[in-house]
Amino acid sequence: MSISKDDVKRVAHLARIGIDSTEIDTYTADLDRILNLVEQMNKISTQGIEPLAHPQDMQLRLRADTVTETDQRALFQSIAPQTDQGHYLVPKVID
Amino acid sequence: MPHRQSLSTLGQMLRRREIGSEELVHHFADRIDKQQDLNAFITVDTDYALQQARTADQLLAGGNPPPLAGLPIAHKDIFCTQGMLTTCGSKMLANFLSPYDATVVRRLQDAGAVTLGKTNMDEFAMGSSSETSHFGPVHNPWNRDRVPGGSSGGSAAAVAARLVSAATGTDTGGSIRQPASFCGLTGLKPTYGRVSRYGMVAYASSLDQGGPITQTAEDAALMLQTMAGFDARDSTSLDAPVPDYAASLKQKLEGLRIGLVSEFFDPSLDPDINAHVREALSELEKLGAKLIDVSLPNSAAGIPCYYVIAPAEASSNLSRFDGVRYGHRSESYADLQALYENTRAEGFGAEVKRRILVGTYALSAGYYEAYYLKAQQVRRRIADDFSQALTVCDVLVGPTTPTTAFLLGEKTTNPVSMYLDDIFTITVNLAGLPALSLPVGFDPSGLPIGMQVIGNYLDEGTLLAIGHRFQEVTDWHLRVPGEVA
Repeated sequence: MSISKDDVKRVAHLARIGIDSTEIDTYTADLDRILNLVEQMNKISTQGIEPLAHPQDMQLRLRADTVTETDQRALFQSIAPQTDQGHYLVPKVID
Repeated sequence: MPHRQSLSTLGQMLRRREIGSEELVHHFADRIDKQQDLNAFITVDTDYALQQARTADQLLAGGNPPPLAGLPIAHKDIFCTQGMLTTCGSKMLANFLSPYDATVVRRLQDAGAVTLGKTNMDEFAMGSSSETSHFGPVHNPWNRDRVPGGSSGGSAAAVAARLVSAATGTDTGGSIRQPASFCGLTGLKPTYGRVSRYGMVAYASSLDQGGPITQTAEDAALMLQTMAGFDARDSTSLDAPVPDYAASLKQKLEGLRIGLVSEFFDPSLDPDINAHVREALSELEKLGAKLIDVSLPNSAAGIPCYYVIAPAEASSNLSRFDGVRYGHRSESYADLQALYENTRAEGFGAEVKRRILVGTYALSAGYYEAYYLKAQQVRRRIADDFSQALTVCDVLVGPTTPTTAFLLGEKTTNPVSMYLDDIFTITVNLAGLPALSLPVGFDPSGLPIGMQVIGNYLDEGTLLAIGHRFQEVTDWHLRVPGEVA
């Protein structure tokens, strides 16, 4: 096993995905299989190889610093689960 | 029957006023209705399609109509459509009405194409069988017990069953080419950056690319002509001129150097697939192409490398689904943490969760160098292999898939067995190259076999020419499943 149940719980917390205690074993086994597959890449020597983050090694384009977007808050909030007076509603965070 | 005609032929018929767009929409809507068992569509909006068709018919009557005027197409449900649901095959977006259109959708619409509906797919494009959809699995029209491939399986099944003339798809590790291969179609994954990703729900941003799934290479050229081109709204869009692909189709193949990738023809390759791909290659030789043996020595590392990079990017991209701004929101939560956790637990299916977890793990403190950095270095070596091979030949070929369409449920218990199906397609995305899958025959049980042709950056024209020249002398692309006749 290259990954433990505690690792899975920790990662699920980081990813903000609730995982039932009954599902932990299955996820641990599945992730273990996937990571074993992934580790096959260690057969390739990469000493001194520059990492490739993007297929074209491109630089992000720059554009003029001008306003291009209009205010579409009402449109965007029309599909939100819960809003009030132009704000998105979430449970209370600060007492 | 109009559904037996290619997109290009229907376009000519519409221009000659031999048929009307409204009539086509009725015809295809009826076919979709009668083949609901394929589960190829998530949303069908006939009224909206008829409205678009009437507008197209007026343009056709007026003369000088736009290039795709009146042609019925479908979009993979990953492309945002204003006024029509965009679910991405997920419960998370089951009720999502996008406030804007994807660039691809807008361009095809502006070119006069009529959107019949949105096609089923693996949830968030994560899968190779179209079985992970929240809306149920898609069936292969050639054999309903089998998968159509994925993740663009609904688009492929819809075109193969001639429920629509052509459809859009997206390809992150093979999701256009593999379903095209499994369904006997032509599928083109363009160069990374050729087609705008704006409004295409992101899975792995450095790999995702939209493209057409069609009956012929000629149809793919017609679709790509409209889909391709610079878009200021996509920061990775290539600012390069779009050639006339209809003219590219006429390129001669004399002297074309085709590289046979030795790693794709290893002794374990299925003998039927091997035989049909080699038969197709001898057709290309007759057309003047030369075959050269080449090697992509790091190919075997493609899948391992992909399963770090794609999940890492997915874990970041899919963090936007938080139950706050749009999409599913859990009804049970005591605090913000629980709102996130329950929303994401309920909204995502098992495969999406697995990939988010793998990606989060690979990016987490202490593991970054061993996984993400290593994978990026391997990615460079894979891309370098292609650059090297493409100095001695113009295109590379091999089979699109190691097997023909597998049975529904055959690979769902072990996720890794599903991943291995993308062995020939996945490295192309890591390098960002264009590739085309073409139908080249059938196995003894009547399932389609596909051949993949990989080209150099922005050389879609050569790929389309190879496809078109091959389809001029063969008829594999004209074969249809029994129900279509």
